[in-house]
Amino acid sequence: MRPLLLAALCCAATPALADRIFVSNEKGNSITVLDGETLERIADFPAGQRPRGITASPDGRTIYVCASDDNLVRVFDAETFEEKPSLPSGPDPELFVLHPSGNPLYIANEDDNIVTVVDVNTRKVLAEVPVGVEPEGMGVSPDGRIVVNTSETTNMAHLIDTETFQIVGNVLVDSRPRFAQYDNDGSHLYVTAEIGGTVSVIDTARQEIVHTIRFEVPGVLPEALQPVGLRVTPDNARVFVALGPANRVAVVDGATWEVLDYLLVGQRVWQLAFSPDHRFLYTTNGNSNDVSVIDVAAEKVVKSVQVGQQPWGVVAVP
Amino acid sequence: MSVRHAVAAGLIALAGLGVPGTLQAQATPDEITIRAAVLRIDTPAEVLPASRLDLPPADLGLAGGRLATEDNATTGRFLGQRFETREVTAAPEAAAQALAQLLDDGIRFVVTLADAEETGALADQAAGRALVFNARSGAEDLRNGGCRANLLHTAPSDGMRADALAQFLVWKRWDRWLLVAGSHPEDRALAEAYRHAATKFGAKIVSDLTFEDRGGARATDSGHAQVQAQMPVFLQKARDHDVVVTADRSGVFADWLIWNTWAPRPVAGSAGLMPVSWFPGHEGWGATQWQTRFEAEARRPAREEDYQVWLALRSLGEAASRTRSGDFAALSDYIRGPDFQLAGFKGQALSFRDWDGQLRQPILLTSGRVLTSVSPQEGFLHPVSVMDTLGTDRPETGCNLGG
Repeated sequence: MRPLLLAALCCAATPALADRIFVSNEKGNSITVLDGETLERIADFPAGQRPRGITASPDGRTIYVCASDDNLVRVFDAETFEEKPSLPSGPDPELFVLHPSGNPLYIANEDDNIVTVVDVNTRKVLAEVPVGVEPEGMGVSPDGRIVVNTSETTNMAHLIDTETFQIVGNVLVDSRPRFAQYDNDGSHLYVTAEIGGTVSVIDTARQEIVHTIRFEVPGVLPEALQPVGLRVTPDNARVFVALGPANRVAVVDGATWEVLDYLLVGQRVWQLAFSPDHRFLYTTNGNSNDVSVIDVAAEKVVKSVQVGQQPWGVVAVP
Repeated sequence: MSVRHAVAAGLIALAGLGVPGTLQAQATPDEITIRAAVLRIDTPAEVLPASRLDLPPADLGLAGGRLATEDNATTGRFLGQRFETREVTAAPEAAAQALAQLLDDGIRFVVTLADAEETGALADQAAGRALVFNARSGAEDLRNGGCRANLLHTAPSDGMRADALAQFLVWKRWDRWLLVAGSHPEDRALAEAYRHAATKFGAKIVSDLTFEDRGGARATDSGHAQVQAQMPVFLQKARDHDVVVTADRSGVFADWLIWNTWAPRPVAGSAGLMPVSWFPGHEGWGATQWQTRFEAEARRPAREEDYQVWLALRSLGEAASRTRSGDFAALSDYIRGPDFQLAGFKGQALSFRDWDGQLRQPILLTSGRVLTSVSPQEGFLHPVSVMDTLGTDRPETGCNLGG
């Protein structure tokens, strides 16, 4: 099957590869690569100890992986899957975010209560910013001026100026904030709280919470509704929220913040990523070892694909 | 009596880093200091555990308090709040004096590590002046007839532990228990909790034995030879059972029973599969981060007492950041109120039961190295919180505080 695929590629008029989906398998210590069109599994390669956070460079050529138990960020070529020199990360990196320009990388170090800023070209640490206890979620404003970090035991979103590395604001959110995501005009910031069971919507100009999204699924215990990963559609119209052990992704109206639907996905859904054209949303389901594929326009789950052991993070590149 | 101050606030040192990292002091003119104390009562003639691995470290419980104070301070520096925790250890006869000193110094939040009787006495002494967090005693009486308005419990009750193990054993369908209880008062109380749990969840205690602690050294060189010969004989008279459930709060015999039973049956309770609030192998729900933070500071694995003190002081820190206040009434009301949520690395929000002041929390089941299971078990239902299937629920409470 693979030789056939390669043969087809070699002779195609346009040399472009199909979209590829990279999934970090936390238990499997590997990355599974899926073909974005066929959803066939095209490769599995080792990614160090306990790979979790995963992201891609803006040009889609480089994949960055937080290898939590190796205490570094592993770097891979997105086409050849060859490993490149690693980046220093500080201890126990779990999540990170890349500046919209592709450099630098902002990494949450859970054990040290700092955010490490790393130049991806020189592989030098540019700054270490002290934040709250157990920094985890990382987001960046669309204009690249503010990086946000959430600290899980301090229960805050810390807003960090990317020029000065100074904290310019702290917003108290609900218990155990795990993920932060700006909307596409940067006017709002979404922060998920796993234990609080909520998503805080922060007005970024006022640095204040303007709405708290709550979830309720008949037949599911309230304590199982644990928001983790979150993504916003390019038009800001829909917000998708992974609800962890509730095995559902919530569909939220991006204007009214009303929860419209709950999509049943695999077990223990962690993170979400759009396909490059934003037509599909991929979910990593940690306890069922698969990825669910959501048709974004139809707001329906259309397929699930087996990946490695305990998938955690996901990113797709063109 | 020894007194040590642990103050953590303000700046974090960024020693030795040649990077333009920045600090955010944000010292506000109206900075608040929230003061608390950890008071540990050390009984000199305490019965020693069978395993040297279980001997109490000098900073038992106190180290957990230091971590909580640091965690609170890290958060506090963004909110203009400082946290100061005084550490006091005292012999039982000096306990009252030690507490009196803390109260006279204006400390209004006191975490105690003491037995049931001492805990009750300390809470009475602090009545109207301080909120007391019991981080050691599992005594049911302190949560029922002997409850106090100013007493909260971060230590799980004996009933919560017994119910947690019972749910697991019933789920396994190992419902014929041989109960072996120690002869110390805390062992007897724990055994009573297991009898109650058996009735509550439909297990049967087919034999009920007491292991008399006749004193002597906790272990002797080559002492295992006698243990190996005597323990099986001690259990030989028991009726046919699925599992040996031990109630040995002092740790004097339960560990000896593993592999030394008469019938080939597993041991649970105080040894074997143990219901605990915490253990150093726990890694779920981000707990690894807590363990590594603790071990970096204390240079030893954490004990339950460390976690339970941490829970108490973090409750205070959580209330301080939510209320943005250092006011005693505001903080105490928030901690007991409906909006309080504490994240304790157990996958759900922890809060205090309003009927008896007990912190509701999942109980970990472990044989000491990895996590075997967590109770409440799936399938046990409750109209309010599944965690309330563990311990004394509202309808059964013997606590009458008129609230």
